[in-house]
Amino acid sequence: MKSATIQLETLTCPSCMQKIEGALKGLDGIDQDTAKVSFNSSKVKLDFDEDRVSIEEIENAIKKLGYDVLKTRVK
Amino acid sequence: MQRHILKSKNKIALISGILIAVAFLSKWITGNTNVFVWSLVVASILGLAPIAIQAYQALRVKVVSIDVLVTIAVLGAFVIQNFEESAIVTFLFLFGAYLEQRTLNQTRSAIKELTEMAPESALKQMENGEFEEVEVDDVDVGDVLLVKTGAKVPVDGTVLTGEGSINEASITGESIPVSKEKGSNVFAGTILDNGTIQILADRVGEDTTFGKIIELVEEAQDSKSEAERFIDRFSKWYTPAVLVLAFIVWIFSKDIELAITILVLGCPGALVIGVPVSNVAGIGNGARHGVLLKGSEVISDFSKLDTMVFDKTGTLTVGNPSVAEKIYYGENIEETLGYLASIERESDHPLAKAVLEEIGETVFSPVTDTEVIKGGGIVARVNNHRIAVGNVALMEKENVQLNEKAKEDIEGLEKAGNSLVITSVDGELKVLMGVKDQIRPGVKEDLQRLKKLGVKNLVMLSGDNQGTVDLVSKELGLTEAHGNMLPEHKSEYVKMLIEEKGQIVAFVGDGVNDSPSLALANIGIAMGSGTDVAIETSDVVLMNSDFSRLPHALGLVKATARNMVENIFIAVGVVLVLLASVLFSEWMNMSIGMLVHEASILVVILNGMRLLKYKLR
Repeated sequence: MKSATIQLETLTCPSCMQKIEGALKGLDGIDQDTAKVSFNSSKVKLDFDEDRVSIEEIENAIKKLGYDVLKTRVK
Repeated sequence: MQRHILKSKNKIALISGILIAVAFLSKWITGNTNVFVWSLVVASILGLAPIAIQAYQALRVKVVSIDVLVTIAVLGAFVIQNFEESAIVTFLFLFGAYLEQRTLNQTRSAIKELTEMAPESALKQMENGEFEEVEVDDVDVGDVLLVKTGAKVPVDGTVLTGEGSINEASITGESIPVSKEKGSNVFAGTILDNGTIQILADRVGEDTTFGKIIELVEEAQDSKSEAERFIDRFSKWYTPAVLVLAFIVWIFSKDIELAITILVLGCPGALVIGVPVSNVAGIGNGARHGVLLKGSEVISDFSKLDTMVFDKTGTLTVGNPSVAEKIYYGENIEETLGYLASIERESDHPLAKAVLEEIGETVFSPVTDTEVIKGGGIVARVNNHRIAVGNVALMEKENVQLNEKAKEDIEGLEKAGNSLVITSVDGELKVLMGVKDQIRPGVKEDLQRLKKLGVKNLVMLSGDNQGTVDLVSKELGLTEAHGNMLPEHKSEYVKMLIEEKGQIVAFVGDGVNDSPSLALANIGIAMGSGTDVAIETSDVVLMNSDFSRLPHALGLVKATARNMVENIFIAVGVVLVLLASVLFSEWMNMSIGMLVHEASILVVILNGMRLLKYKLR
């Protein structure tokens, strides 16, 4: 398990959060309990299993929704 | 392609705005309906593209978002060939989103300023001994880093070589430079005003004090109160419900115009955004003024405060006591002072420091069998004498005889507001010292402000004797003051206020020895100079231990709580007015609905922004 912090461009609509959460739910290998989208800081935090999903796949799922990923940190 | 369209959303809004203007101008000036209709059709299609893409993406992850409602409404307007409305609605929706983004960035600016103070790069010593610039994320614990004049300290660390003075305002709020030399601790985010130092990285990234502060503030602005969680749950079902309602209306009335108007009116904008906006602006204002508020739950509790309980030493007083008077009894005083100093040297009690400073140079002797008597003092053995150092209770316990003069002296010192340090050697009274702590400058005025802001009870709890406590209490105009209290008594008292009297209680303390009370109180307020314990155990942190920020903090949370209520009223009111007018009036249509909807979102954001400028008068 690794934990990632993904900084997005500024989120403006609260339904963005629902969308991103929805997209993350569709991915395998993400610990759904830890996945958290924060509206004001425009960040996504989550734990994921790197054997089942790569950080690029996670980033792409978010990018596909139209949100730019500015910076990603994996620990 | 999709991403390209989404990226050019603002440009699209601009073009579709121009097209709409062209359409109406040509209609009024030339009366040419062809140009009118075609401009509007192009504007509608252009404007709908990004909205429809967002709607599609939302539906794919099973979310009925506002975009879905608007897309269906615009398609409906197309079906009944009302291009005027389809163009205006898409334009307003895009333009509104643009304005929302701009204003939201404003409300978040205060917190952004804070996070931007975070260091980004560091000069790290490589294997060849040279220093190279690396990103701060690439610094690990144990690395040796070089910090030059004017640069930010990248991590928390210890100075290895060199010296300089550092501005620690980002951590403590205090901008007077602190000088650092070999062995000093330095903190991430502080600035080296002059000199050059090499440091060893002790804590990096989110583990640094500055990292923790940022993390705390960022989490605070996104933490949700019960009310917000309710709104979230509500909006998840609300949008699909609006969709269903519009569909039912269409089935029964066969009136597409009415159905799509309901879709647009039903968009839940202001309600969902109103509370978070007040929250982020309030917390941002606090962060700028040295008040860290941990989230909206704290804001809501804090604003309803009944009672504020203070620790005395270090909170209401400077916490740097000194010996004001000393009285000697009997002989061999020099020796006794030596014993006293030897015992106090091993204690970290604030009174011990004062006593040591007073005695100064003396002969120290080894201390054995040290026993700390809680709420009493210390008993130990020095040079085969049994020495007791502490208060009157300890002397009684040690069966030390106090003659009439001693009793009078003690009473006199207590009345004058002294804490007592009594020393006995082998059960015989030798030294009586009165230690006094100064009241923090400005505290009295600050307490008055708190009262004006509606705090009903100001209570002081202290381990000191009742005489001292009463004196301080009288001077400061407190409602209640209790002395002779151990940390556990204090927390019991706080618990009693909450459970038996049903009050909402804030405890203000230094965050170190009062952590049980801080944790038990509804709101724990730590006067911390950015210490870890203070940051973690409390709900509110006053940076740099600045008591004068307390009235600002209370005024701010009250203003923020009020602001949230205002925003909820605006949002709900607008929806009710819109729904009523669609049912009972003739003038309501899709465009006006969208205009009012977007305007209400901007109004709640602008209302929230007022909090950024909040100042206590």
